[in-house]
Amino acid sequence: MNLEFSPEEIAFREEVRTFIEQNYPRELVGLGNREDLTREQFLAWHKILGKKGWSAPAWPKKYGGTGWTSTQRYIWSEENARVDALMPLPFGISMVAPVIYTFGNEEQKARHLPGILSGDVWWCQGYSEPGAGSDLASLKTTAVRDGDYYVLNGQKTWTTLAQHADWGFFLCRTDPSAKQQEGISFILVDMKTPGIEVRPIKLIDGTHEVNETWLTDVRVPVENLVGEENKGWTYAKFLLAHERSGIAGVARSKRGIERLRSIASQETLDGTPLISTTDFARKISQLEIDLTALEFTELRTLASEAAGHGPGPESSILKIKGTEIQQRLTELTLEAVGNYGAPYARGMDQSGSNEIGVGPEYSNFAADSYFNMRKTSIYGGSNEIQRNIISKMILGL
Amino acid sequence: MDFNFTEEQTMIRDSLARLIREQYDFDTRRKVVASKDGWRPEMWAQFAELGLLAAPFSEEDGGLGGGPIDAMVVMEEFGKGLVVEPFLQTVVLAGGFLKRGTTAQKEDHLAALVSGERVFAFAYAEPKGRYNLADLSTTAKKSGSDYVINGHKAVVVGAPWASHLIVTARTGGAQRDAKGVGVFIVPKDAKGVTTRDYPTVDGRRASEVYFENVTVGADAVIGEDSLGLVEQVTDEAIAALCAEACGAMKVANAQTVDYAKTRKQFGTPIGKFQVLQHRMADMFIEAEQSVSMTYMATLKLDEDEVARKKAASAAKVRIGQAGRFVGQQAIQIHGGMGMTDELAIGHYFKRLTMIDSELGNVDHHLKRYTDLSAADVAVAAE
Repeated sequence: MNLEFSPEEIAFREEVRTFIEQNYPRELVGLGNREDLTREQFLAWHKILGKKGWSAPAWPKKYGGTGWTSTQRYIWSEENARVDALMPLPFGISMVAPVIYTFGNEEQKARHLPGILSGDVWWCQGYSEPGAGSDLASLKTTAVRDGDYYVLNGQKTWTTLAQHADWGFFLCRTDPSAKQQEGISFILVDMKTPGIEVRPIKLIDGTHEVNETWLTDVRVPVENLVGEENKGWTYAKFLLAHERSGIAGVARSKRGIERLRSIASQETLDGTPLISTTDFARKISQLEIDLTALEFTELRTLASEAAGHGPGPESSILKIKGTEIQQRLTELTLEAVGNYGAPYARGMDQSGSNEIGVGPEYSNFAADSYFNMRKTSIYGGSNEIQRNIISKMILGL
Repeated sequence: MDFNFTEEQTMIRDSLARLIREQYDFDTRRKVVASKDGWRPEMWAQFAELGLLAAPFSEEDGGLGGGPIDAMVVMEEFGKGLVVEPFLQTVVLAGGFLKRGTTAQKEDHLAALVSGERVFAFAYAEPKGRYNLADLSTTAKKSGSDYVINGHKAVVVGAPWASHLIVTARTGGAQRDAKGVGVFIVPKDAKGVTTRDYPTVDGRRASEVYFENVTVGADAVIGEDSLGLVEQVTDEAIAALCAEACGAMKVANAQTVDYAKTRKQFGTPIGKFQVLQHRMADMFIEAEQSVSMTYMATLKLDEDEVARKKAASAAKVRIGQAGRFVGQQAIQIHGGMGMTDELAIGHYFKRLTMIDSELGNVDHHLKRYTDLSAADVAVAAE
């Protein structure tokens, strides 16, 4: 056991840092924590990474992954977090692609993986439905076979950033008579297909991040079925475990604590920097200690993955603790900015004022971030579902 | 970066686990703890024979060439078995001082420690000192080449079984000064040492130790101004203690899950109730995070002083909280049965509770961590 980085790993960190310094788009600096960007802004860094061959650190090399070790991936995420880089969105790189290269056929791999790597094709996820959120297996959207096509009907919701999407991966019921978790299929859908309507949902922080997606007689070629018909639940679970392993967000939270410390040393209480008051200083300490525990739990998970164990139910720990820490971080940041948490920066933006926000720059989106981050314990299988997974899969209850 | 155990470490763990399974079952432990002596010297001899007492020492010091990770492996198994014998006090604490002592001290004491002949206890706490290692009323006054020790040490765990004490005492400075913290080896049968022995709530034995004009020679001096050394060694002990807590948490969780699977209420095993499932999931998470923190603290023991101290305090905070949570929830889920002395679970609860206050509780270490962070930031800003 040791924590030391090898000379190769130290050199790798240098290489990565230099590459990011020289190539990260200037116009994106400082936007890394925003949800309301344009498609071009979202994809700019992804496209640069795609050209470099670094857009999919976790993929196997033969599909265009980097072949990096788990330690290298850890270094990579730390270096990106240092500059608050906008990382490739997960829908293509870490969600649908692993399903395609693990369960898809050669044609699907050849057709879809290059666009995901390069960042040219934007994917969205069609899992949740109004009546099936965390109880995903109760989904009702149907795919009925008609010759060489499936005909899709139903309604999906919480389709994140679908307003920009070229393709979507949808879970649909192909055998309504089967038991709940059987009879579901995993289908790739071109979002330009007639019959698809994406309607915005405005969230409490004022952003348009998610959508309702309505499917009316959407005709999808059968070759877009991934794997076997009625086996979609297996692929869906596989995908969710992959999604969770990236969800801890340790490097980003570390950066967030640095920001919080900086804010707390500029804010004052009775003339004393907030960070020097016992109460607030200990709150930061506790958060940092909890984050350290998460970090080392993630490192243990990465080491076990490197030893050939896929992401298992332990990734639920990362999901639960990672999201709790992200929430606590934004909560403390909001607390730190005090009165200037109240002005609604986006509201002023909409009213046509040139200046965004009042008060210190760091206070502008403190409340929005806090409101927005409440989603993290709900999405990707709510934290209650994660606890169900631990209690059933690990504890055998 | 590497989280694998060596072959030797795996061997230590497996043979110790077998020994505990065969000779340290819960009923045997209960009888031993209630017996007059409260421990088994023959068990100590077996630990020595297995090489456990030598495991964390270098070969030059007569050890097997291991280090803190070996101590961690042993302590986790001890935590699983609720072992009462004073490995932490003798091997980790006293051993931590002695291996940094003079050649003569090593030849004399360390050799006898490793062979199992001598048992040590660490007399550092005082009635009013709480967790501050420098808060000392006990004095060691120089008299020629000798030192004369006077004072009262509180709750010296393992002292009734010990042949020797490692004692901290003020050689200079005022109470709570960082300077003037001396460390001495004192034979327990030295003239002027008296003890009042008693059991602790978690099944150990401890003493109040009184020093009245106890005179020791130059060969007893480990350091005359050695707070830094005391902190280093107690940080090593904190890492080991965290490992013990991990072992205890793992067993407490396993017993709770087993119990919840069999105990029925309203016609259903209580483990089927989601509210209890989620609680046990949280207990599992707490234990896993504790393991992560124990690795972290253990692996950072040789880093620079601030990094080492922050790591030890962070681990102690997280494990203090985790141990309390796991212990309390384990009792709750066991219901009335958890309150009985007959079931092991209550004994895990008691040990986990005591671990929080041993070598500094959550509040103490959260403050230490916070102060170190503030100092860190101030240095960075210069």
